[in-house]
Amino acid sequence: MTRRALAGNWIVPLCVFGALAVVPELHVTIPKLFDQSISSPGTLQLLGACVLYGALALTYDLQFGYTGLLSFGHALYIAIGVYLSNIAITDWHWHFWKAVLFTMGVAFVLAIVLGFVSLRVGGIAFAMVTLAFAQAGAVLALKDPHHWTHGEEGLGADYTKLPHAFVGIFNTKNLYWLALAFLALVFFVVRWSVESSPGRVWQAIRENEQRVEVLGMRPHLFKLQAFVLSSTLAAAGGIVYMLLYSGSSLDVTQPNFTLTLLLMVVIGGAGSRWGAVLGGILYWYLHDRLIAVGSSSTVNGLPHALRTPLEQPLFLLGAIFILIVFFLPGGIAGIAARGRPSGLRRLQESIRPEPSLTAPQEDA
Amino acid sequence: MSTLLLLTLTGFGLGAMYFLIASGLSLIYGLMGVLNFAHGAFISVGAYATWWTEAHLFSGVHSEVLRFLLAALMGLVIGGVFAALVELVLIRPLYNRHIDQVLVTVGLQLAFVALLVGIWGPDAKSFVVPPWLHETTTVAGARIPNDRWVEIATAAVVLGLLQLFLRKTRYGLIIRAGVENRSMVQALGIDVRKAFTLVFAIGGIAAAVAGVLSGVYFNVVGPDQGTSLLIFAFIVVVIGGLGSIGGSAVAAMVVALTQQYTNYYASSGIGDMVVVLLLGVVLLARPRGFAGAVVGARA
Repeated sequence: MTRRALAGNWIVPLCVFGALAVVPELHVTIPKLFDQSISSPGTLQLLGACVLYGALALTYDLQFGYTGLLSFGHALYIAIGVYLSNIAITDWHWHFWKAVLFTMGVAFVLAIVLGFVSLRVGGIAFAMVTLAFAQAGAVLALKDPHHWTHGEEGLGADYTKLPHAFVGIFNTKNLYWLALAFLALVFFVVRWSVESSPGRVWQAIRENEQRVEVLGMRPHLFKLQAFVLSSTLAAAGGIVYMLLYSGSSLDVTQPNFTLTLLLMVVIGGAGSRWGAVLGGILYWYLHDRLIAVGSSSTVNGLPHALRTPLEQPLFLLGAIFILIVFFLPGGIAGIAARGRPSGLRRLQESIRPEPSLTAPQEDA
Repeated sequence: MSTLLLLTLTGFGLGAMYFLIASGLSLIYGLMGVLNFAHGAFISVGAYATWWTEAHLFSGVHSEVLRFLLAALMGLVIGGVFAALVELVLIRPLYNRHIDQVLVTVGLQLAFVALLVGIWGPDAKSFVVPPWLHETTTVAGARIPNDRWVEIATAAVVLGLLQLFLRKTRYGLIIRAGVENRSMVQALGIDVRKAFTLVFAIGGIAAAVAGVLSGVYFNVVGPDQGTSLLIFAFIVVVIGGLGSIGGSAVAAMVVALTQQYTNYYASSGIGDMVVVLLLGVVLLARPRGFAGAVVGARA
């Protein structure tokens, strides 16, 4: 390994994660950006959520940006992490680690089964099928036939069963570190996997699935690998989510949750590790802060017609997202790597249906 | 027996809405390769435009039936115009960037729901309809709410009109040919882009009809109503086969009836699961749906 490669491979990520790790020890106040001191539990809770969303966006990027699988059902696996671990601990009174192992096992098996079925169709049909499976999960969590999830009330975790380091407001910084450790884990797993030989096949499938097939490989199995890895990591992220919010609520089961991850990945840059992470962090930060902006005195002075959209963070983020798709394909990471085609750009070129006939006509 | 009849007709009423949404989705996908998430917004546009114009624009009209019909007509017009504008402004510039088109419709759907919440609040609004719709007619011992007949009849009329349009008019011919093989139609020197806007407008009107009917069916209009209907319409489209109107109609009825029967005879919520299971079975047995030829082949 050359010195340059070593720097890129280990030193940069370790410096970034190291810098993020000392954040809870910073006893400073940054006005405008954060309401309270950085080391206060409120700010750390927000930052922990941002970091966790960065990690979850990266798990989604593994299928969408790297393998070209547009899934609308990623939330299902996160929800399994969030709910099943909590159900095992709170409803069945299991030991914490036993619940974690059980949840991961279930998520792994379910990803194999559902991935096998849904990958029988490609492209947009795959998106719809994954959406349908996720919807089934959402209905199950809402209707709650066995009185496990407590439906719309949500399920608060039985804190006596959780590891003590992750319970209570004074331990918020431990939760932040947990989220950060999870981000680092996902980051290195994703990097290791996409640079392994199956990982190269995933990217080849994104570029041109037919060619992979012609080369004598079976795309179905490789896509399943990426799907299962991404979904299992997502379930692990769900457990971190459950600890961070000390309970489970229905938001994570909703189809919109997957769409949010999609927004994060595209805003940051699909097919880029730092892009997806940055997209997740930035999105959640803005989502939180835009509510504060919406209720600020500057906005309150505006006429009603202008104020209404500004008070809805999802409206602003949706609008930003549309602008990025139009004017900044490749997202934030695309700015950093101008000239190099982004993952998304390559992705859509690879699925263009009839390029030879339609393209010249459109210019005329 | 009377319960079964009530369930069946209610299922047909629900299926009518699924069909109205799925037909537009299916045509748009068949012709343009765009999975239109913004279809949920079209449903909401129809429902909210009807609800708003009935209370504000036509409040002077005395006859309840006429007022509702005028408002519904406004809902359809606004829904169609909105859909055509979406195609012209947001979809057309991204021509041939299929994933980007899907992403834009996803962004639009999320932003639009947020806007509805911002303007009219997160709570559902009660939808005023002529009282006759909430009365019942007794058929073979079963008391059937009258709105079910209206839903079924509307869907049947739309199905008939769509088939007539697709089979008897020049644009219908272009759309059908475009669904089969778009490059060939273009190679013959026909500008398919006009057909794109047209298909979006038709899909928007059909979705707006579904929006109005959903207001009648559920008695309320809410910001999330479009999204929840859209998911089942997606299932209908996949089962029916993308690009096939007839397939959508059959699949809509199969899905809605399955849902109604199992939700009643098993337990509430099970019907939704069974529908998803049905989707899985159909995919394993026939990855192309009942009538479709192009699922997955396009994208």
